[in-house]
Amino acid sequence: MKTVYLDNNATTQVASEVLEAMLPYFHEYYGNPSSMHSFGGQVARRIREAREQVAALIGATPDEIIFTSCGTESDNAAIRSALATYPERRHVVTSRVEHPAVKSLCANLAGQGYRITELPVDKNGILDMEQFVGSLAPNTAVVSLMWANNETGVLFPVEKAAELAHERGILFHTDAVQAVGKMPVDMKKNTIDMLSFSGHKLHAPKGIGVLYVRKGTRFSPFLIGGHQEKGRRGGTENTPSIVGLGKACELAARHLSTESSAVRRLRDRLEEALLARISQSRVNGDILQRLPNTTNISFEFVEGEGILLLMNEYGICASSGSACTSGSLQPSHVLRAMGVPFTMAHGSIRFSLSIYNTEEEIDFVIEKLPPIIERLRGMSPYWTPAAQACATV
Amino acid sequence: MWEYTDKVREHFLNPRNVGEVENPDGVAEVGSIACGDALKLSFKLDENKRIQEAKFKTFGCASAIASSSALTEMIKGMTLEEAQKVTNQDIAAFLGGLPEEKMHCSVMGKEALEKAIENYQGAPAKEPGAKIVCECFGVTDREIERAVRENNLTTVEDVTNYTKAGGGCGNCHDAIRQIIERVRAEAKPAATPKMTNIQKIRMIEEALEREIRPSLKHDGGDIELIDVVGNRVIVAVRGACAVCKASDITLKHFVEAKLRDLVSPDLTIEEVAP
Repeated sequence: MKTVYLDNNATTQVASEVLEAMLPYFHEYYGNPSSMHSFGGQVARRIREAREQVAALIGATPDEIIFTSCGTESDNAAIRSALATYPERRHVVTSRVEHPAVKSLCANLAGQGYRITELPVDKNGILDMEQFVGSLAPNTAVVSLMWANNETGVLFPVEKAAELAHERGILFHTDAVQAVGKMPVDMKKNTIDMLSFSGHKLHAPKGIGVLYVRKGTRFSPFLIGGHQEKGRRGGTENTPSIVGLGKACELAARHLSTESSAVRRLRDRLEEALLARISQSRVNGDILQRLPNTTNISFEFVEGEGILLLMNEYGICASSGSACTSGSLQPSHVLRAMGVPFTMAHGSIRFSLSIYNTEEEIDFVIEKLPPIIERLRGMSPYWTPAAQACATV
Repeated sequence: MWEYTDKVREHFLNPRNVGEVENPDGVAEVGSIACGDALKLSFKLDENKRIQEAKFKTFGCASAIASSSALTEMIKGMTLEEAQKVTNQDIAAFLGGLPEEKMHCSVMGKEALEKAIENYQGAPAKEPGAKIVCECFGVTDREIERAVRENNLTTVEDVTNYTKAGGGCGNCHDAIRQIIERVRAEAKPAATPKMTNIQKIRMIEEALEREIRPSLKHDGGDIELIDVVGNRVIVAVRGACAVCKASDITLKHFVEAKLRDLVSPDLTIEEVAP
């Protein structure tokens, strides 16, 4: 069975060019880049090149790039660095819809006595800027807001928010794991101090992340060890993955226009067809301020896990914000923060596309999904004639 | 992805008895859309008072649909007395097991069955005196008590897996813990009357050896069993314990509590006169 992979916000396929670039660094060029011999030195040169490729994608300078092991490490390193360099400040501003990498860390910090402000969002997942400004206090150490939401694709105005934070002398970090590679990110055009992203969301392998730290920003390392990454992150470099990430960033830069045109067109085609063919369905999140590759659609009165498993029978891969699939007993914190009604939240499906998806794949989903929803609704005690007549959306 | 058995997958992909029985004899709805799963069960009896037809409608995950399908297959042909004896574990077993986190799906099936039978018998739908413990999922103390008793649950996490209680805000965790303790305390005395004196002494020795001595030795102390008179356990303390001012407290709060927990709640501990 062919796999129709529409779960690219979860992870992506390593691009074949990326894999090819990486392979020699497992077996052939295995030297340690820190070594004095030229066998290791050639690897150091290749890492330098990768660092330049990564920096180029986001308009940074190479020495502003720190390689980490994943997005979560980058987020932890950024926030903890801010707290370590401003020890007298005991307040962190974030939002209710952050990825667990930030959300759970903040919950943990709250347990250590830090004050955490979790900003709410409106029904479209949009941040209230007035409330944001109101939350900034003299003892705020750092603001951490995601650039693009992983579940809905909704964008936060982080560039504007960074300026507002700076006016009050507060550091600004953004978790841009879902944004980088899918939309233009240019650190020359903003004042964001720290930015996290991850390789496996842009066709590089898992296990490699980046923390951008703007030149001049005070930084305290999270992993303390050797002199790697100029002492900002200890640990022998993950050479193959760094090389792979460099290649992936080069490809991403080249494909940015495809993301915003072809990928967006396929996403819109999928979304429009599903909304038209399936009654009582709706998009979660603002339809304008969002990533071009993501759509999060709720199908009322059915539960997401059933939808996913029936799609799985056709090889279609997606995600759900339902309780049954979240590993907890409640629907996703993002949908709850947006006040999505329970009848809708449990039946939410996220489709996230990549440049490798085709029109045939999208049409296949458009064909297969409506009968799946109909079948599950046929089993649902809530799909009564009254419910069917009541068009709540 | 959940590790579902082939049987769960099969009942999810080809559910049996979906729908509502016409002119049912018993019908019940449990769960709610806010909680993420709900089941409407209806059945009809034949002239011999056996379940002739049982149907379900379920909103929920694959295991909830499979559990409902399994339940309707299991109870067909049963008398109501037989059906009343079906437990949530029977439903899970029919499906070749459910992931721990999904056991609440089988509990939902059991609840629906019970309420549908009550509905037929004209009994009150709501258990009298039941109090909501978990506000997030509307789970009562009675439901938690029963899940703990029937499935021998010991932790809050277990209770959440089986009933969902405690899976939301977490405010009720203490209350759940108290219920677990209460139910487990009730469960023990049943075992005590059967115990002979010899058995009791053996159990005390075993508890001392396995659970108590290692911790005392860790602090340089030790304990020796001198005699058991009725429920009085007479011991001598040795090593560091013999000169330790806190040893009285250790005896009462640690050794006695352990023995009461492991052997019999009626035991008291006494130190032999030096």
